[in-house]
Amino acid sequence: MRTFQAAAVVSIVVSALIVFSLIGRAVSFVTEVDLSDLAAGGWFPRRSMFGLPTILTGSVIVAGIAMLVAAPLGLGAAIYLAEYARPRVRKVIKPVLEILAGIPSVVVGVFALSWISPQIIGRLSGDAGLFNMAAAGIGVGVLVTPLVASVAEDSFRAVPMSLREASYGLGAKKRSTTTKIVFPAAISGVVASIILGISRAIGETMVVLIVAGGTGGAEFSLNPFNAGQTMTGAMAALARGSDQVRGADQAFPSLFFVGLLLFLITLSLNVVSERYVRRVRQKY
Amino acid sequence: MRKMETTTPVEQQAPSARVVTSVRSAGEDEGAVNPTVFDIENLSVFYGEFKAVRDVSLAIEERKITAMIGPSGCGKTTVLRCLNRMNDLIESARVEGRVQYHGIDLYDTQVDPVEVRRRIGMVFQKPNPFPKSIYENVAFGPRIAGFKGDMDELVDQSLRKAALWDEVKERLKESAMGLSGGQQQRLCIARAIAVEPDVILMDEPASALDPIATGRIEDLMQEIKQEFTIVIVTHNMQQAARISDMTAFFTAEVSEQNDRRTGVLVEYDKTEKIFTNPSNERTENYVTGRFG
Ligand SMILES: Nc1ncnc2c1ncn2[C@@H]1O[C@H](COP(=O)(O)OP(=O)(O)OP(=O)(O)O)[C@@H](O)[C@H]1O
Ligand SMILES: [Mg+2]
Repeated sequence: MRTFQAAAVVSIVVSALIVFSLIGRAVSFVTEVDLSDLAAGGWFPRRSMFGLPTILTGSVIVAGIAMLVAAPLGLGAAIYLAEYARPRVRKVIKPVLEILAGIPSVVVGVFALSWISPQIIGRLSGDAGLFNMAAAGIGVGVLVTPLVASVAEDSFRAVPMSLREASYGLGAKKRSTTTKIVFPAAISGVVASIILGISRAIGETMVVLIVAGGTGGAEFSLNPFNAGQTMTGAMAALARGSDQVRGADQAFPSLFFVGLLLFLITLSLNVVSERYVRRVRQKY
Repeated sequence: MRKMETTTPVEQQAPSARVVTSVRSAGEDEGAVNPTVFDIENLSVFYGEFKAVRDVSLAIEERKITAMIGPSGCGKTTVLRCLNRMNDLIESARVEGRVQYHGIDLYDTQVDPVEVRRRIGMVFQKPNPFPKSIYENVAFGPRIAGFKGDMDELVDQSLRKAALWDEVKERLKESAMGLSGGQQQRLCIARAIAVEPDVILMDEPASALDPIATGRIEDLMQEIKQEFTIVIVTHNMQQAARISDMTAFFTAEVSEQNDRRTGVLVEYDKTEKIFTNPSNERTENYVTGRFG
């Protein structure tokens, strides 16, 4: 009991320390930086161009593409597993999804660079370079799919059998039972799975670092076939030192500012999704 | 799968079935014998290797309330769920013998279970309204069946028939989950009525309700039996005696091969006869409370 309590206290203290150190350094960055640099047309920390729109839209584009992949695949897999798969098939597919969830993101990053970018993006757009946000988005989508699938599947399974029986008893087919009864009954869990997926996609770093092409800086661009930078990618590049040079003193502190921004975004997404998940549990 | 075609033979055969079929077990001297809706012959049901019910034969009459009584585990629910192929949903369940519905073999490979359940509705032991509005609960069945008429009117009528209208007319758009247990169960009956089925199967529909709510459901059943054939499973013998016209008494027998209990039909007759002058000693012991 004591040990667990101590562990809980330590983890809370560590989180608090992380947040405080972020806040402190982020504030000092904001006070020292030339605010117009924050609206620059690109993210080039070495040149003191901290264009927040660039990395914000970069994150949104990558996460958006990721969810275009992960939402249909993840929800489809969840519906299949929860409603259609026979127990024997499920016993095979479920572990496969879990293994997929355990693939290191660096492996997916390399896969995105060596296959997704040339084979998929290269065919969609002749102008796209090897490094682009679209390939990163698809790679992140692959990473996020198992998470979406597993949260959504749990919420479909939480729908009581009695509701399905009621539906069948009224002469509903499997399909209408799934789409008109089970899905709406599980909607808060579905929403939660999507929000968690978005949060995970925004937080994903390695794939972006490898394939989005933002290391060293990126121009502001809304075109997913262009290279771009995300908040996480920017932080990793800064932390690794590749986006810093001696003399550009604001580059390193900007890391904390972006980190705080990222922390606040994912925190609020997680809070929202937690609320939805709780609603699922209360409903029946 | 044969789809709506099942309609045609049902409609064509129904009249002749009405004329020809006689009810086997019912006393011929007293009370009108109605046409047969279900003719169950040597029905056995298995869950995997386990034989849950053995050799049940009975004929269920139209526009009557048929009660199934018997000790727990004797297979009442199992038999009831065979009547609208609800057991199809249980992977391990398997059926032997024959269930004829207006002369059609319900387990014929050509028969579409979805179509069967549209005609033979079901009300469950635990009220199970959809987590939707009261209105949507009632409208769901007709809507998936492609109902094109006036939905408001249908919802209104169904709720009236289920004796729920006055209590909910002001809050049709509110969630059904906010109703009391008894109201929820009447909503489930309204929902079943709305698809205009031929038969309504009820599995202990009042067992989760207090006596007042139970009384309302019983009154309601008397009302709607003019329109529907009702088969009800109940644990409550007074309830069976009060509301049903025919009663089937089931019990569980220990089988020879293993020591699991298999359900059998002991006696099926007019309710009055079952409760006052049963032919079988086991029935008598049960209805007089000496057993189970
Ligand atoms: N899905 C199932 N899988 C395996 N066995 C089952 C299943 N459903 C019922 N059984 C078994 O079949 C037998 C009959 O069950 P059934 O539910 O039909 O009895 P019942 O008469 O309705 O009992 P009760 O009055 O308790 O509701 C029991 O031994 C039960 O354990
Ligand atoms: Mg039962």
